[in-house]
Amino acid sequence: MPTEVERRRRPLFGGLDLSGALGRYASMLVLALGLFGLIIWINGKNPILSYRELFGSTLGSWYGFSEVLVAMTPMLITALAVALPSRIGLINVGVEGQLYMGACSATWGALTFSDAPAFILLPLLTLLGMLGGALWALVPGLLRAMGLVNETITTLLLNSVAPKLVAFFVFGFWHSPMDTNKTPNFVPAARLPTFFGTRIDFGLVIGLALLTIFWLVMKYTRWGLEMRAIGGNPEAALRNGVPLKAYIVGVLCAGGAIAGLAGMAQVSGYYGVLLTGFSRGVGFVGFLISWLSFGDPLGIVLTSFLVAVITTGGSMLQLTTALPYAIINILLAVALFVVLSGINLFPKRKSA
Amino acid sequence: MTLLSILGVISSAIYSGTSLLYITLGEIVDQRSGIVNLGLEGLLLISGATGVAVTSITGNPFWGVLAAVAAGGLTNLILGFLVVTRRGNQLASGLALMFFGFGASALIGKSHVGQKINGLARFTIPGLGSLSPRYLSLLQFDLLIYLSIPCALLIWWLLFRTRWGLGVRAVGENADTAFASGRNPRLIKYQALFVGGMLAGLGAAHLTLAYTLNWTEFMMGGRGFIAVALVIFSKWHPVRAIAGALLFSGAVAFQLLLQASGVSISPFLLDTIPYILTILVLIAWGGTRKYSAPASLGRVYMGTE
Amino acid sequence: MVFQTFNLIPAFTVAENIALFYPELKEVFDITQISKQIEVLSERYSLSVDPRALVRDLSIGDQQKVEILKLLISDARILILDEPTRVLVPHEIKALFKIIDNLRADGYAIVLITHKMNEVMEIADRVAVLRKGRLAGLLPIEDASEGLLVELMFGRKVAEFQGIKSAWVSVEVTPLLVLEAVSTQAQGTEVSLQNINLNIRPGEIVGITGVSGNGQRELADVVLGKLRPESGAITLNGEDISRYSIGSIRSRGVAFIPENPLWMAVAPFMTVLENFTVPNIRRYARLGGLRIDWQAARRDYAHSMEALEFEFPLLSPARSLSGGNLQRMVIARELAHQPKMIIASYLTSGLDVRSAIAGRMALVQARDQGAGVMLFSDDLDELFAISDRLIVLQGGRIMGEFKPADTTFQEIGYLMTGSEAEHAY
Repeated sequence: MPTEVERRRRPLFGGLDLSGALGRYASMLVLALGLFGLIIWINGKNPILSYRELFGSTLGSWYGFSEVLVAMTPMLITALAVALPSRIGLINVGVEGQLYMGACSATWGALTFSDAPAFILLPLLTLLGMLGGALWALVPGLLRAMGLVNETITTLLLNSVAPKLVAFFVFGFWHSPMDTNKTPNFVPAARLPTFFGTRIDFGLVIGLALLTIFWLVMKYTRWGLEMRAIGGNPEAALRNGVPLKAYIVGVLCAGGAIAGLAGMAQVSGYYGVLLTGFSRGVGFVGFLISWLSFGDPLGIVLTSFLVAVITTGGSMLQLTTALPYAIINILLAVALFVVLSGINLFPKRKSA
Repeated sequence: MTLLSILGVISSAIYSGTSLLYITLGEIVDQRSGIVNLGLEGLLLISGATGVAVTSITGNPFWGVLAAVAAGGLTNLILGFLVVTRRGNQLASGLALMFFGFGASALIGKSHVGQKINGLARFTIPGLGSLSPRYLSLLQFDLLIYLSIPCALLIWWLLFRTRWGLGVRAVGENADTAFASGRNPRLIKYQALFVGGMLAGLGAAHLTLAYTLNWTEFMMGGRGFIAVALVIFSKWHPVRAIAGALLFSGAVAFQLLLQASGVSISPFLLDTIPYILTILVLIAWGGTRKYSAPASLGRVYMGTE
Repeated sequence: MVFQTFNLIPAFTVAENIALFYPELKEVFDITQISKQIEVLSERYSLSVDPRALVRDLSIGDQQKVEILKLLISDARILILDEPTRVLVPHEIKALFKIIDNLRADGYAIVLITHKMNEVMEIADRVAVLRKGRLAGLLPIEDASEGLLVELMFGRKVAEFQGIKSAWVSVEVTPLLVLEAVSTQAQGTEVSLQNINLNIRPGEIVGITGVSGNGQRELADVVLGKLRPESGAITLNGEDISRYSIGSIRSRGVAFIPENPLWMAVAPFMTVLENFTVPNIRRYARLGGLRIDWQAARRDYAHSMEALEFEFPLLSPARSLSGGNLQRMVIARELAHQPKMIIASYLTSGLDVRSAIAGRMALVQARDQGAGVMLFSDDLDELFAISDRLIVLQGGRIMGEFKPADTTFQEIGYLMTGSEAEHAY
């Protein structure tokens, strides 16, 4: 996770240094599109047409745009689940696992209380989701607070455990009569409401609200100050009386809870059912988005949007170019490579 | 529980453990130089796809193995570029590499999905020819399996008895000190990544060309992450990795054994054992773990230029 | 060159560390051969060290020997030692000088960088004084004296720091801080405190000294609340604070000035104002934490800065301050709310002379206003000048308690190293 050093050195949308950031983002787009176009061309397809498809299908129509927002929703929330702990220097790579566990506990609630009305069931599912994710982050948080194991490793390892646990539950207990890979569809009361007949669900609102709260807390409250102190220098913060261990456990669990919420939104909003292996790496995408935006809330929104455009457009691309869907990962990866390597085609004239 | 079934389990463990061992050896070399490669999963996919593609085209798995090894080394150089030259964050770069691997391998492998290819030849050590054919068939291993333990020993020797290995370990502990001794930490990291990538590619090759004998998307099944766990479990030591690889891949084989004797534990739960074991081991080491890991693991080398 | 921070790899053995720097090491090398060479050199120059030991298990003095061995094995003829005695104990310093003598006799040229006058006078053949990047003077030792050297370093005579003795010397005053039979359990490289009995009275400075790493950090930490005592009790103004958190202890008027502000007291990228506020956040949080009263914070710190005659730009990031200024800022912060108890840990280490004097004056001032001060230091001049009482720590134990007037540097130094005579010289 970028340290405070890197955050200050490469300020983003926090209101400073806009031209440097724009230059970098522009480079990222140009280089990424160029390299990807090259790959498409090598495979015998027309890059220009492909790009037209990609952007046309996503930004050119209301339906496409709504699909982008749908894809963006889990990314926003998972990115926040990484960004919050990163403010105190914790690296939460375990979002993928926390996501699964949140989905798992929410599913349990949906299946067990399927008779309850929506206004009770939905908040309950939300709480269950957050609880599931938070619990999954509890052990790593405790281990880190006790100074035993670094949370990067524990969350990473638990990532691999969670999907198997979910599969265990689905296979063993919850699967629908026809298909052992997924649960029965959720009852309507367990589904997050959608907007305007599109697939955009309430999760988007939750995500944006959470990001706003995050920004307010970090900027104005005592906890934001103490978290920034920890992020800036944990040893000093400790000696200055900031309850470091409490923050470590609390903030990592909060990150887990947020990831769990994302998981709940996935099964309750997007899918309506728990499918084993439903996450196609959205936890990792969230990690990368948070990292790319240096944990800045506005940056997270913009980056998620961009990434969502790429992935949504990718499914369109698959239909028109007969290239496998997985190839969209290349575009994503190349864009990441460009940003990670810090290549800037449009550097500012003045030196920083 | 007959001797045959036990042998069957051991044989199966050896088969799946070999590729895991090579992959782990590769990651050990990477991490000894201070670099965490979270993109191993992607690298394995690229190597595997390349191996299958080349074997399918040439008809000879030997070329496939070579191609996979080369692909692995080259892919890791991408990580090297991001992390060493451009000083990028290791975790993010690794994950980006993973995504790259998802896509690139799909592209390379798309025309070969589901095809059957010629696998590596299997044979037994001379001298066992007198055993009955049933037993014999379980003791037939390919060349890569026979070479796996010697390879681990070779890597041990390389890291601990050669000047190059001393340099790699020094860079992984403290790149500034290594620099002060007249070495070029950046170059050494690249070299370690290349060697590590080749080893991982070898592991991927073994999986696709000796074990499964085909290619499907995402077929590595998280081995990239199991290897990261295994590196920790073996305390970054090539020889301990041998035991660890057998132990970890034994879980799969263990499942079969349990099923055979009528006990049924969900295979999913059994699959979580390697990870839980690693976490428990990490807790047991407690704070002293930091004495086992290379001291600068994960840190970006800023250099003095 | 042997730097102040060693270029050693803790996880390697002594032999491996030296092999790393071995000129023209063979591609496939034999570690036992190198070990033998090390043993030969050790003999010759009294640099005894076990080639198979892991460097992280060695004492600082022994690590320094490994650094010197590295130089010798690479056939250097000029050795540059940068502040080598900073981390050594009196008898280790003697041993080092013996080594230097041996090397000098063997024809090595040695450049000793130091700020300790007595060392210069003892061992140098010639003295070079650097000031502001220029050579201020180069003279043979016969022509040099401490006073002359100081004058060359600073351009004019710096007033001798006069220790002002406290008015609060009476023993009858109720102690502020009482440690009763306090013991702690060491983790890793820490030192266990053993049966510490200590009183700090208001209006006194208690100097605590010892070889670095003999329990000073642990003692400071146990009072601050970072470390829990295994047994015994710590009371502050009659209240048992043994199990309290750092935050609670601080809010009871305990201030902490650490030795390395950038590392231990300050978040470099936050502004000076924010750094001021963090330890006292309870005073400035409003609405249960939803808001911070920055006006009040600014006011308080303006007062503190005035009182101590410092001046800082409140809104610059803390890292833009120099080391000396940073330490002053920390002092201003810690003294801002009239603390009753001050833990000052190596207050002036690494500071230039003027900042060091300012720091000591601030402590004396606080003491005169009734605060109790625990001053950890290894600068015996400083301790003798401003302490009302002196305590020696060795191996986590209190070896002795003195009034400065009643003892000598030698006596303290002897207690600091305990009764084991390490190696003959």
